[in-house]
Amino acid sequence: MEKLEFKFPSQALLAAAPPALCGVVGSGNLEILVRSGVDRQICEISVNTSARGFGETWRAVLATFAASQAVGGTSIAINDMGATPAVVSLRLAQALADYRGGAQ
Amino acid sequence: MSLSIRHSWFEATARQRLAGLLDPGSFCEFLPPAVAQPSPHLAQLELPGAFDDGVVVGAGQLGGRLVLVAAQEGQFMGGAVGEIHGAKIVGLLRRAVAEKPAALLFLIDSGGVRLHEANAGLIAISEIMRAVLAARAAGVPVIALVGGSCGAFGGMGIVAKLCSAVVMSEEGRLALSGPEVIETVAGVEEFDAKDRALVWRVTGGKHRYLMDDCAALVDDDIAAFRNGASALLAGWQERPNTLASLRAEQVRLQGRLATYAGCRDGLEVWAALGVAEPARVPLLDCDELIALKEGLPT
Repeated sequence: MEKLEFKFPSQALLAAAPPALCGVVGSGNLEILVRSGVDRQICEISVNTSARGFGETWRAVLATFAASQAVGGTSIAINDMGATPAVVSLRLAQALADYRGGAQ
Repeated sequence: MSLSIRHSWFEATARQRLAGLLDPGSFCEFLPPAVAQPSPHLAQLELPGAFDDGVVVGAGQLGGRLVLVAAQEGQFMGGAVGEIHGAKIVGLLRRAVAEKPAALLFLIDSGGVRLHEANAGLIAISEIMRAVLAARAAGVPVIALVGGSCGAFGGMGIVAKLCSAVVMSEEGRLALSGPEVIETVAGVEEFDAKDRALVWRVTGGKHRYLMDDCAALVDDDIAAFRNGASALLAGWQERPNTLASLRAEQVRLQGRLATYAGCRDGLEVWAALGVAEPARVPLLDCDELIALKEGLPT
């Protein structure tokens, strides 16, 4: 297992919301937990992944996500069982939609 | 039923099953992912854990009545029971003793003990067994719902049979030793685990229903499980085990073993039960199979 920690600048998300969970830690899949973070301009992401040596791939996928979406002020935790970058991007979009949906 | 409106129980995650099983919006999770702790044992083995450790527990309503629910996630480590996973289930069952809900619904999807956690997993399973019996003794029906990809095997097979009743789909499987275990221990001549049709003929929902091992057989559909559980609970009187009822069950099982000991396949068991065309059983849909069972000699 490899533990990765990232911090990306990102446009502030408008409202904090209850935590949202998306996905399952199954083969080729991952779960993503989105919570409100501390700094409104930063998206914090921590990853536990079963696949070692893919830190730069994670950085590229997550940086694209943080740059293209307003996710400042969120803290995202990921448990991964070997998901491909496409699956990671899909789940991130789903998790963010769930989190936004929970904001009242 | 139109295929387009079916929401497969087999394909759904534990959380999707709960969302469709309970009254809309009524589910309240205990120890949700944001406050729960992943397994420390898996972390020591350098394996990623899951925030909920593979089981979702909480309270909700079924047709307006309060129920407690536990749903195992078969996609995470085969739904296997580790220390935290087991502790969440035991805590829920103890809560049932204190709160006396209308029922505790146990959505089982598990191969049994999580071997990575060794003794902690084994102890967790035995604690679940005791807690199921304690809840039933307190008058709370514990209903097992089995229709996921991992079925109910190993210790969770025993737990399922300790419950008040079992609701299954054809896709669900229920047994003690899993097919691969039997093949490994006793040889492929004894049991060919790769023969999926055979596996379902001896562990699948239809076989269990014909053998009276489950109280209800439903379609692989979340709404069908909801309706099946509701129908079972309507007017349900929980009867905890007594010494006399256990002795009677032992006699029944001994008789069953004597009757079917020579059978090598579900097909032979069904023929002995009086099914005229056993080979057609796998082709029947749920309603046809229920009608067939009602027509069998008793």
